[in-house]
Amino acid sequence: MAEEVTGRNAMPVQDPKARVKNFHEVALGYTKEQALLEGARCRQCKKKPCSNGCPVGVDIPAFIALVKEGDFLGAAQKIKESNNLPAICGRVCPQEEQCEKHCILGKKHEPVAIGRLERFVADYERTAGPAAGSSGAVPTGKKVAVVGSGPSGLTVAADLTKLGYQVTVFEALHDPGGVLVYGIPEFRLPKEIVRAEIANVSKLGAEVLVDSVIGKIQSVDELLADGFEAVYVGTGAGLPNFMNIPGESLSGVYSANEFLTRTNLMKAYLFPDYDTPIKVGKRVAVIGGGNVAMDSARCALRLGAAEVCIVYRRSGQEMPARREEAEHAIEEGVHLNLLTSPVRIIGNSDGWVEALECIRFELGEPDESGRRRPVKIAGSEFTIPMDTVIMAIGNSPNPLISKTTPDLQTGRHGVLVADPATGATTKQGVYAGGDIVTGAATVISAMGAGKRAAAAIDRYLMRERSALISSTKPS
Amino acid sequence: MYRIIERQDLTPTIKLMKVVAPAIARKAQAGQFIILRLHGHAERIPLTVADYDRDGGTITIVFQIVGKSTEELATLKEGDSILNFAGPLGEPSEIDNYGTVVCIGGGVGVAPIFPITRALRQAGNRIISIIGARSADLLFYESEMRSVSDRLQVVTDDGSKGQQGLVTDALGEILKSGAQVDLVFAIGPVPMMRAVAELTKKHAIRTIVSLNPVMVDGTGMCGGCRVSVGGTSKFACVDGPDFDAHQVDFEELQMRQRTYRKEEQAANEHYHQCACGRG
Ligand SMILES: Cc1cc2nc3c(=O)[nH]c(=O)nc-3n(C[C@H](O)[C@H](O)[C@H](O)COP(=O)(O)OP(=O)(O)OC[C@H]3O[C@@H](n4cnc5c(N)ncnc54)[C@H](O)[C@@H]3O)c2cc1C
Ligand SMILES: Cc1cc2nc3c(=O)[nH]c(=O)nc-3n(C[C@H](O)[C@H](O)[C@H](O)COP(=O)(O)OP(=O)(O)OC[C@H]3O[C@@H](n4cnc5c(N)ncnc54)[C@H](O)[C@@H]3O)c2cc1C
Ligand code: FES
Repeated sequence: MAEEVTGRNAMPVQDPKARVKNFHEVALGYTKEQALLEGARCRQCKKKPCSNGCPVGVDIPAFIALVKEGDFLGAAQKIKESNNLPAICGRVCPQEEQCEKHCILGKKHEPVAIGRLERFVADYERTAGPAAGSSGAVPTGKKVAVVGSGPSGLTVAADLTKLGYQVTVFEALHDPGGVLVYGIPEFRLPKEIVRAEIANVSKLGAEVLVDSVIGKIQSVDELLADGFEAVYVGTGAGLPNFMNIPGESLSGVYSANEFLTRTNLMKAYLFPDYDTPIKVGKRVAVIGGGNVAMDSARCALRLGAAEVCIVYRRSGQEMPARREEAEHAIEEGVHLNLLTSPVRIIGNSDGWVEALECIRFELGEPDESGRRRPVKIAGSEFTIPMDTVIMAIGNSPNPLISKTTPDLQTGRHGVLVADPATGATTKQGVYAGGDIVTGAATVISAMGAGKRAAAAIDRYLMRERSALISSTKPS
Repeated sequence: MYRIIERQDLTPTIKLMKVVAPAIARKAQAGQFIILRLHGHAERIPLTVADYDRDGGTITIVFQIVGKSTEELATLKEGDSILNFAGPLGEPSEIDNYGTVVCIGGGVGVAPIFPITRALRQAGNRIISIIGARSADLLFYESEMRSVSDRLQVVTDDGSKGQQGLVTDALGEILKSGAQVDLVFAIGPVPMMRAVAELTKKHAIRTIVSLNPVMVDGTGMCGGCRVSVGGTSKFACVDGPDFDAHQVDFEELQMRQRTYRKEEQAANEHYHQCACGRG
C-alpha cells in the first residue's frame, strides 16, 4: 500500500454511558479487516526500533508481516517465540512507553497500533487456533518449584515445562493468576483469557496448586529438601501501602488491593449472588495516579458510585497510568483532582468516613526523577464530603518469603536481591523475578524476568546434570 | 477439595469439624488459623485451628453460626468437602514458661484457647482456666479444658452451670485473692477481651488477646484486617492474630467489625430466600 495512512485504525469500544453500568470488556478488539488495514501501515523497518523498545524483544515487524499476509496463526506463533501471554500483554502493556514509542510513523503521524494487533492475533489464535497440548519434551527427571502464579511465575512454569522439567506452581490464593485475577478488572482483562492461559500452562504439564502459602505450609528450604532442585520466587509486590494520615482506620477506607480483590477475585459486584460484600457510597475518592488508581476509580463507578474523583499529588502529565486507561476513566466521568493530596480523613460517630481534607500543591523545581517536585501551598486546605476513600499509592513486596528464608538477601523496601540477567538470588538454587525483585512494575517486565530466569535455571540444572553424566561415564 | 471426616454439634449453634488437610496439619501450631471457602461463590472466612492431628493429617475447626457462611458451613456433613482450605496462617502464639498463666475462653473462644492452653501447660506453666458461656447448654470443651488445666473455673451468665457471672468476675476474684499471675491469655467476643484487658491493666499483668477483624486473603495482601496496636497499624493476619491486649484499640476494632452489617443481613436473607442453598 503506497498511499499514506496517517492515523491508526481506531479500536471499537463500548459506549462510555453503557459501559459504566457493566463489567464487560471496554475495548472490543479489531476485526479481521481492521487488523489487515492496520498491519498495512507498518513500514517493516530493517532496524526494528519497535522491537528494541519491547522489554522481551518480540520480533514485531516479522509478526506484522504475517498479519499483512493474513496468516494470523503464524503471527501469533511468531510473538510466542518471545512472549507466552500475548492476549494479556496486548491488553495491558503500556505500549505508548515501549514498542509504539519507537515506531517511526509516530514521528510524523500516529505509530502503528502494535498492541491492538498483538491482541487481535492472540484472540484469533485462542478462538480459531489448534488447542494447546502437552509439551512433548523429553523429561529431565528434575523438579522445579515456582512460588506465585502471577505473570512471572507462569512464564517460568511454561518455559521450564517445555524444556522437560516437572514444575509445580504454589499459589497462596484460591485462583491462580496473581494481579491478573485479583487486581486488573474484568472490563480491562476478562478472566476467561487469564484462565485460558493458565489452562495452557497446565496442559503443557505443569501442576498448579492453590491454597499454598509458601513460608507457612512449607518453607523455601523445605521445598529444596523435598526434591525440588530449584525454586523460583515470583510472589509479586502485594503489600499495600497506606499514607499514615489520621482517619485511615475508618470504615469506608480501603487499600486499592482490598477494594479490587473484593471486586475482581471475590466478585463482590455480583453480591449477593457471590457472598463477599463491598461498600461503595455515593462519593468516592481514589488517592494516586497509576493504573491501580484508574482501575479502582472505574470499578467504583461500575459499583454504583455517583461521583468518583482521583486525588493526585502531581500534574496530569506525570500520572503513571497507561494513557488509554486514563482516557477511558475520564470518558466514563472520573474527575481528576490534580496537584492535590489528602491530609486527613474525617469520620462520623459510627466510625464511617464522612469527609476528606486535602491540600493543594504547585510544581516546584525538578526532583531526582526529572519531574517537577510538587510543593504544598500553605493554607490551601479544603474539605470535601466523601463516603469512600481508596488508597492507591503503591504496593511493597510481601515479606513472607524473605522472613522465612534467612539466607535470602533483601534490598530497599524489602525487595529480593537478584541478578537482573539470570534472576539468581543470594541463595543457591533459588531464583526470583517480577515485582518481588523490581517493586511494582509491569506484566511484561515480570514475564521478561521469568524468561531469563527459566533459561538460567535450565543452565544451572543442566550443568549439574552434565557434571553428573561426565563423572559417571567410563573414560 | 478438603473432606470432612468428623462432625459434632457441640451446642445448638457451635459445630466441630475435622477436615483432611495433611500439609496444614504437619505445620499448624497453637494460635494459627485457616481460611476456607465453601464453593465457587463463597467468601473466604477465617477460623482458628482448634486442634490438629499431625499423624492423622486433619485440622479441627470449631465455629459458631453467626451468619450466612457459617450457617452454610454447618449444613455440611461427614464425607462432604470444602473447596478451599488454606493455612496455617498468622503467627503462632508465643509459648514459653511464664509461671502461672490464666487462660480465658468466652463463647466460641473456648475452642481457640484450648490448643494454646495445652501448649502452655506442656511448656511447664501452672494453668488456671476460666471458660464462660451464656448458659449451660452453650458450654463446650469443659473436659478438654480440664485435662490441660491445674484449675478450671466455669462461669455462665445465668448461673445454670458453675459460678454465675462473667469471666471477668472470676478473673477479678483470682487477682483479688493475691495469687501470683504472670500472664493472662484471653479469647472471646471483643467486649470480653476488652474487659479483661482493662482489668489486668490495673494489676499490670501482661495480657495477650487473639483478634478477629474482617479478613479477605489472610496473607497480608489487602490490609482489610488492620488493627491499631500501640498507635501503629498492624495487619492481624500476618502480624497477629495475637497482640498485647493493653496496646489494642478495641473501640476501633469493634467499629470496623460492623462495616458490613447491612450486607451481612442481606446475604442472610438472600440465602434463606433461595432455601435450596447451593448444593
Ligand atoms: C490494579 C493493578 C493494575 C495494573 N495494571 C497494569 C497494566 O495495565 N499493565 C501492566 O503492565 N502492569 C499493570 N500492573 C502491574 C502488574 O500487574 C504487575 O507488575 C505484575 O502482575 C507482576 O507480576 P508478578 O508475577 O511479579 O507478581 P503478581 O502478579 O503480583 O503475582 C504474585 C503471586 O504470588 C502469590 N504469592 C505471594 N506470596 C506467596 C507465597 N508466600 N506463597 C505462594 N504464593 C504467593 C500472590 O498471591 C500472587 O498470586 C497492575 C497492577 C495492579 C495491582
Ligand atoms: C483470625 C480469626 C479467627 C477466627 N476464628 C474463629 C473460630 O475459631 N470460630 C468461629 O466461630 N469464628 C471465628 N472467627 C470469626 C469468623 O471468621 C466469622 O464468624 C465468620 O467469618 C462469619 O461469617 P458469616 O457469613 O457466618 O457471618 P456474617 O453475617 O458475614 O458476619 C458476622 C460477623 O462476623 C464477622 N465477619 C464477617 N466476615 C468475616 C470475615 N471474612 N473475616 C472475619 N470476620 C468476619 C463480622 O464481625 C461480622 O459482623 C475468626 C475470625 C478471625 C479473623
Ligand atoms: S486479611 Fe488481607 S491483609 Fe490481612
